[in-house]
Amino acid sequence: MTAASLRLRLYQFLVLAAVIFLWWALTSPTLLPNFYFSNPHQAAFFFGEPQKVFLRVVDWFVGGEIWIHLGVTLFETVMAFAIGTVGGLVVGMWLALSPSAAAVFDPYVKAANSMPRVILAPIFSIWFGLGVWSKVALGFTLVFFIVFFNVYQGVREVSPNVLANARMLGATQGQLLRHVYLPSAMSWVFSSLHNSVGLAFVGAVVGEYLGSARGVGYLILQAEGTFDINTVIAGVVVLTAFALVLDAVVGVAEKRLMKWQPRLGETEKL
Amino acid sequence: MSAGSAIRAPEAAGAQVALALEGITCTFVSRDDPTQRHTAVRDVTLRVAAGEFVSVVGPTGCGKSTLLNVGAGLLAPSAGHVEVFGKRLEGINRRAGYMFQTDALMPWRNTIDNVIAGLQFRGVPDGEARALGEQWLARVGLRGFGDRYPHQLSGGMRKRAALAQTLILDPDIILMDEPFSALDIQTRQLMENEVLELWAAQRKAVLFITHDLDEAIAMSDRVVVLAAGPESRPIGEFPIDLPRPRDVAEIRAQPAFLDLHNRIWAVLREEVLKGYAQQKRMSTASAS
Repeated sequence: MTAASLRLRLYQFLVLAAVIFLWWALTSPTLLPNFYFSNPHQAAFFFGEPQKVFLRVVDWFVGGEIWIHLGVTLFETVMAFAIGTVGGLVVGMWLALSPSAAAVFDPYVKAANSMPRVILAPIFSIWFGLGVWSKVALGFTLVFFIVFFNVYQGVREVSPNVLANARMLGATQGQLLRHVYLPSAMSWVFSSLHNSVGLAFVGAVVGEYLGSARGVGYLILQAEGTFDINTVIAGVVVLTAFALVLDAVVGVAEKRLMKWQPRLGETEKL
Repeated sequence: MSAGSAIRAPEAAGAQVALALEGITCTFVSRDDPTQRHTAVRDVTLRVAAGEFVSVVGPTGCGKSTLLNVGAGLLAPSAGHVEVFGKRLEGINRRAGYMFQTDALMPWRNTIDNVIAGLQFRGVPDGEARALGEQWLARVGLRGFGDRYPHQLSGGMRKRAALAQTLILDPDIILMDEPFSALDIQTRQLMENEVLELWAAQRKAVLFITHDLDEAIAMSDRVVVLAAGPESRPIGEFPIDLPRPRDVAEIRAQPAFLDLHNRIWAVLREEVLKGYAQQKRMSTASAS
């Protein structure tokens, strides 16, 4: 690591430290004279205290209580992502390759996409119960449209030259689908991977928050019910860290899968 | 000398006709406005004998590529038909290989996978296809570059990969649409010599489209001049009797080359000016 990047990391850390310090200073019941709330404990009640949030997170991981919830949330995220991607891929390919079907379904696709899908969560709870599948369904509706639109675009934007070339090389319709349309569509899907994984995660957590028996969203919901702001914030912190990990995994996957795509200013490593 | 007197029977050599465009007319209708019609080529007859290298030159926008696409079976003509070795063409021309003007390699496949794509489509076993692919990579000077993706290759290397991709299928007819127009002059002459060498070894029928008269004369057995569009048609045909093997860089200095160049240019010049005026008129009309 160079000195410049080390300094950058230091500054980034300082920002975090400053925010936490400010948070701690403003919420500590004894440190400063209270200037807004009448009761010195009220600030801590509403905004939590960083050291208690930290202890709560440590407690979760040391006690092992968090793993089952994280596991459930991760399962829901992965399922929503997988089913949503396959669904978006199939429907996107179909509509992109069949203009008449696309014309018929166009207004409905637009309507379904504009609908605020979080509102479907109660319906999914009724259909699929309070277990994981109602959350998977919610995540699916979010992921599906991202993948669908990207696949649709990817298939429409296949270079006519590449297509004509593949046909001249003797590709049948099926081979065109497999070797030209699909890779082109997948390049668009991969480029939206961060988006779709993120939304699968949102679907899972929001679904849990709206009614569940397990998951990180459920932990937050429980804590909120008892006005335990420290636990709510601890849940948010865990979710954020988890989302960052997911994003990093996606980044690695993207790099491997998209290595054929040119990057601006890329030079050969000798 | 009039253009008409230069036309002669293309199959004078008596060889079998590999590709015959018979009375081809292509009229494009605007999708938005069916009254907007554009006839790119009208009543074009063009025959390429087996083993013959024929170039088509003409001003930009004269429908050269349209003709090539018709010959490839990618475009159905409005009138006329195509014959491939005496058989009427339906759908894609399976006996032809096509080298495109712009990049047509699949960007998600590395070089070797691109080269053997046609073999894969034909169901050739993978090991066999790969072995042949390596041979072709070596033949076009890309040995060791098989694992690179198209974006990691230079323009000239991509052209060579495309050449290998087309020729690995051993097509009887090779269609080339200004394949080297995007290359710098040195790379271009190298590629032209390479193509001539490969062609000399296998003697396929070649239909070569170009706007570069030098290139056309240096490489071909016969040069066909197309009139300026719209409703373009051949207006001159010149046999090129320069001795082979040729070096495209050196041949340009020969008196016979210059003589041919002058004769063809006399026909082409007027069409280029017409084509230019046509385009200017169209651009001002669409601007106003």
